Amino acid sequence: MQLAGPNGAGKTSLLRIIAGFASPDEGDIFWRENSITKSYDEFARELLFIGHKTGVNAQLTALENVRFWLQIQGYNNEQDLYPLLANIGLVGLEDVPVRTLSAGQQRRVALLRLWLNDAKLWILDEPFTALDKSGVAFLQDRFTSHLENGGAILLTTHQDLTTHFNDLQTVTLEYRH
Amino acid sequence: MLRKHSYLQLFTAVCKKDLQLAFRQRAEIVNPLLFFLIVITLFPLAIGPEPGLLARMAPGIIWVAALLSTMLGLDKIFRDDFHDGSLEQLIASSYPLPLTVLAKVCAHWVITGLPLVLMTPLFALLLNLDSQSLVATVFTLLLGTPLLSFIGAIGAGLTVGLQKGGILMSLLVLPLYIPVLIFATSAIDTSSMSLDYSGQLAILGAMLVVAVMSAPIAISSALKVSVS
Repeated sequence: MQLAGPNGAGKTSLLRIIAGFASPDEGDIFWRENSITKSYDEFARELLFIGHKTGVNAQLTALENVRFWLQIQGYNNEQDLYPLLANIGLVGLEDVPVRTLSAGQQRRVALLRLWLNDAKLWILDEPFTALDKSGVAFLQDRFTSHLENGGAILLTTHQDLTTHFNDLQTVTLEYRH
Repeated sequence: MLRKHSYLQLFTAVCKKDLQLAFRQRAEIVNPLLFFLIVITLFPLAIGPEPGLLARMAPGIIWVAALLSTMLGLDKIFRDDFHDGSLEQLIASSYPLPLTVLAKVCAHWVITGLPLVLMTPLFALLLNLDSQSLVATVFTLLLGTPLLSFIGAIGAGLTVGLQKGGILMSLLVLPLYIPVLIFATSAIDTSSMSLDYSGQLAILGAMLVVAVMSAPIAISSALKVSVS
């Protein structure tokens, strides 16, 4: 599902409310028929959130960042990550601090998580920002395989996704003064 | 992809990351210590180098300097995680946030509090502190500095989202440090009179136990408020 709307319409705010970081003025968010405020841990187990601020520490290397994320999510940290790093185009850059990488490469470090989780619901805020064409295509392939496995994606983007995803639903927010 | 939940893994991962970052930017460890040293050397300059007077004031000076240098490092504890979005990832992790917070505060104490305790014998020389009081000072700092980290982290969590939170944090946290200061300096005073000061240490220990149990919960709530 794509969340659309002009700048300032509240796309990011809505995503943060759905992910449980902010509470809504009215109403409630339900996941599998349970309110997420009541059973946040169960919701968090099935949620992958990559926001505008990606949660990548600039002082650590790409590999350290990914391993830390795996550990705080309780995933197996022993696996070999090099093939994946090579696939996403970060080969040779595993051991330099992320701050020395370009914006697109930093975004790739954050997006590595998409290959390393079993979450059902992905909430992604502008995932295509700063990615080049091949990066965008690579990411869209990953989206397709996630959807084929019965996952759900909620994202905001200004890209046109209708050509790639047939059953894309779009919700458009309006800017209210 | 199987998840194996291990609280120990989370605790070590969070500690390790913070220690790693601190050792990469060593100024973070050294600066509060230098600040501590400078504050302590200011006192003999300001009130005169009379040994008896300095020894009398030493416990108070060391403790006030310790309070201030802890404040200096507190600002950093959640700031980077807040700005790069790591805090959101920690909240959305399937582990309980208070445990993560406990690990972060422990790492913070190892970075700021522990070096202070270790350096105290050296600084005590500057203030002509006798060996009896020095032992008491080290004990009170050993129990007191983690307490300062836990109480301070509540303030740091509340103010991390603000543009200039540093001063506000000091105003919030310093009054809460008063009980720690009273019992710590009272213990050192008692020891200088060759009396038993285990009572004051026991109270500091009890305060530390309460802080370890309850502060992580308060800090988690504070962080959630700051993130939203």
